Amino acid sequence: MAVVVTSTFVKPRLMAEAPLRATQDPRWVRWLLTGTALVFLAFFLLLPLVAVFGEALRRGLGAYFAAVGDADALASVKLTLIAALISVPANVVFGVAAAWCIAKYSFRGKSLLITLIDLPFAVSPVISGLIYVLVFGAQGWLGPWLIEHDVKIIFAVPGIVLATTFVTFPFVARELIPLMQAQGSEEEYAAITLGANGWQAFWRVTLPNIKWGLLYGVILCNARAMGEFGAVSVVSGHIRGETNTMPLHVEILYNEYNFVGAFAVASLLALLALVTLVLKSIVEWRHAQAHAA
Amino acid sequence: MSLLRKQHSVLPGFGLSLGFTLAYLGLIVLVPLSAAFLKTAGMSWADFVAAVASPRVMAAYRLSFFASLAAASVNAFFGLIVAWVLVRYAFPGKRIVDALVDLPFALPTAVAGIALTAIYAKNGWVGQWLEPHGVKIAFTEIGVFVALTFIGLPFVVRTLQPVLEELQPEIEEAAASLGANRWQTISRVLLPELFPALLTGFALSFARALGEYGSVVFISGNMPMRTEIVPLLIITKLEQYDYRGATAIAVVMLTASFGLLLLINLIQKWSRRHHRV
Amino acid sequence: MSIHVSNIHKSFGAFTALGGVDLNVPAGKLVALLGPSGSGKTTLLRIIAGLDEPDFGSGRIAFHGEDVTRVPAGKRKVGFVFQHYALFRHMTVFENIAFGLNVRPRRDRPPASDIADRVHRLLKLVQLEGLDARFPSQLSGGQRQRVALARALAVEPKVLLLDEPFGALDAKVRKELRRWLRRFHEEIQLTTLFVTHDQEEALEIADEVVIMNQAKIEQVGTPQEVYDRPATPFVYQFLGNVNVLRAPALAPAVTPGGPALVRDGHIYVRPHDIAISPFVAGAGGVEAEIHGIHAAGPQARLSLEQLPGRELIEVELSRSELVGLDLKLYDRVNLRLRRSHCFSEDYAI
Repeated sequence: MAVVVTSTFVKPRLMAEAPLRATQDPRWVRWLLTGTALVFLAFFLLLPLVAVFGEALRRGLGAYFAAVGDADALASVKLTLIAALISVPANVVFGVAAAWCIAKYSFRGKSLLITLIDLPFAVSPVISGLIYVLVFGAQGWLGPWLIEHDVKIIFAVPGIVLATTFVTFPFVARELIPLMQAQGSEEEYAAITLGANGWQAFWRVTLPNIKWGLLYGVILCNARAMGEFGAVSVVSGHIRGETNTMPLHVEILYNEYNFVGAFAVASLLALLALVTLVLKSIVEWRHAQAHAA
Repeated sequence: MSLLRKQHSVLPGFGLSLGFTLAYLGLIVLVPLSAAFLKTAGMSWADFVAAVASPRVMAAYRLSFFASLAAASVNAFFGLIVAWVLVRYAFPGKRIVDALVDLPFALPTAVAGIALTAIYAKNGWVGQWLEPHGVKIAFTEIGVFVALTFIGLPFVVRTLQPVLEELQPEIEEAAASLGANRWQTISRVLLPELFPALLTGFALSFARALGEYGSVVFISGNMPMRTEIVPLLIITKLEQYDYRGATAIAVVMLTASFGLLLLINLIQKWSRRHHRV
Repeated sequence: MSIHVSNIHKSFGAFTALGGVDLNVPAGKLVALLGPSGSGKTTLLRIIAGLDEPDFGSGRIAFHGEDVTRVPAGKRKVGFVFQHYALFRHMTVFENIAFGLNVRPRRDRPPASDIADRVHRLLKLVQLEGLDARFPSQLSGGQRQRVALARALAVEPKVLLLDEPFGALDAKVRKELRRWLRRFHEEIQLTTLFVTHDQEEALEIADEVVIMNQAKIEQVGTPQEVYDRPATPFVYQFLGNVNVLRAPALAPAVTPGGPALVRDGHIYVRPHDIAISPFVAGAGGVEAEIHGIHAAGPQARLSLEQLPGRELIEVELSRSELVGLDLKLYDRVNLRLRRSHCFSEDYAI
């Protein structure tokens, strides 16, 4: 599928005889590899995406909107938004603080700290939920105390927020740390010599410089927060209309053989994924532009 | 706190930012994680072995390990081709394809799970064509493998892409000017250069596959001894209120994941040294 | 406003960046901190600005007799120009220059119209009128440099500190800008200390040159003083070319009025401080043989071998002088040292 502009006056044979540059592959190789890559991606990526929308609309638009507008479905949307609205800002504050101390100062134990921040990525989602059950569950460390004070965390919204926060923990920090390390601290020093205090240096100099990286981290963090399944599944208790996030609601509908309903809610999440990919591409592009300048 | 003594800096906020970072890291990550290890430490050795080495659990380890290995291998092979095509060739729609590679990161795993099942079930989009030939994908080990391939796909591509982009054309031109043909240039010059990144991508994809849950549970059918993956086993034990059993298996998995994380860090350190020529 | 620095120590781990440095910068002067990289000059500048702190318990920094050692960087009233300018890339030229005024607490902040006036005055001063809406990325290196200078001056600093102000510029802009800086300094009369590793730059524009090496100050003086009367072998070698000759070999050669000879010492003599004349037996001076003549450029350069000792000597002379002497390869000549220095040890550089 390589774009080769062929003039009608030049016979293809002559084109083929043009010597290849050392970094170029013969045309049949280019076609073969591009074709292989596209077929592979079509089967493994595009097909599932198309299947979501296809299945959701199988019974027509009416059934689709009825499924989306269902009260339990709307409750799951609300809970998903709440979980994201708490966990994403929390991880943004953390990511900025972590990146600030790691990028702006030198101290011992820094590389250990960076490794620990990445730790949640290495933990299976199911285990991410399990550990909170071990701390806050009825059998857990704080269980008796929580029951005594009538505080519900597991099988309730706080547990869902905690599990979501855990699985999205590293996203913002790991975008900002390398970015701020690469940018160095000279501009902040300049602001300080001009009389700015620490907050002013941060708000007026640091933040505008990292805004694209921060936004990128927020987009990825949000996508994962809204879509998390395994960890939330463990701590939610699956109470309809109360502790079901959208992915959990998809599971329940699917297990009840309500396929149109399941795929309708799933299609909302797939749309979210597409929006995420588009925003991500835009931010990458803007970021590259800001750097090229 | 002597471990964390810093050199003086005129920028304020070190104590505040580090203090908050450590407190948040401790509360959200380290304390809950340690709960798993402490819970298991309270078990007797015999109980622990019984929990983590029963035949059903062993079957799940085998499935998780081999399906993840197969998925990571397929991703390494095709991921290399995809990365190469995206970096080296021009074709219409390339930017869209490039953006689409991240779909498995952005698409919730449960959505991927039911979509893959709809495709590969016996009356599904693809399944209906395979069924008459005796090929079953959904509710078999192959289904597990397909789901794990889906979620691990971006790791190899995204680790290789920047390395490929930074490879200088001069290296290939030098090889060509020394008389190497294109295949020799690729196999003896390019692939060795790419190998550390390929290995990192493979390991990341493998690690992700080991812990994956959402996309697998729908397509696997969850038959004990046959299509039960390790994370599902943890959920099953939890639902039976067997917290100790669930935690014991979790500790085995955590140990494996942290080992992999360490390995990936070592590979990256090694490749950085290797490349600093 | 003068700067007084006394007994500053600074180490980074095992590396000593400053080992007890004392320095006075007289008010209104343009002073260069000159030295090779790693000599501690930038560290000293940053400590004066308050961007780094001296080692615990060491040293004192005073501006016009007022101790500022404990005063934070933002309150020292120094203008600091960074080597790579550190302009705020997301702000326009105007916003960059106004930054120091805009971050003041409301009660000390001039009204917006005053700020705009001051920014425009500064833009005029650094000859960048009309560029106030540009972003740093749209400016040339020399223009960025001057924006950085204007930004530092906007807060009306008492002293101006510049870190390698011309380091990131190409050779031609460098020369223009340093002459401009000299004129600019005469205009504003602000105590200015700048760091450089380029001896030509320091000697050309500074009132006073401070030469640093290996965490210590080697010599302080006017450009002429440090060039003509280097205090140490390091200064001799760092400022321009020099022949280093073992003293005993030259014992008969040194003319009366030259330095008293020290046994096992070394004689330092600049290539243009050697007079050359056709060989006459018994004429005294150093006998040498010409091994190379390089006549490209305004000055001719001869490489010679001293006859008994086989030491290499370089001599510079004008081209007309060379023509007048009618010298050829392998001619024997007499050398006389017009001005030389004798140090008792050979310093490694």
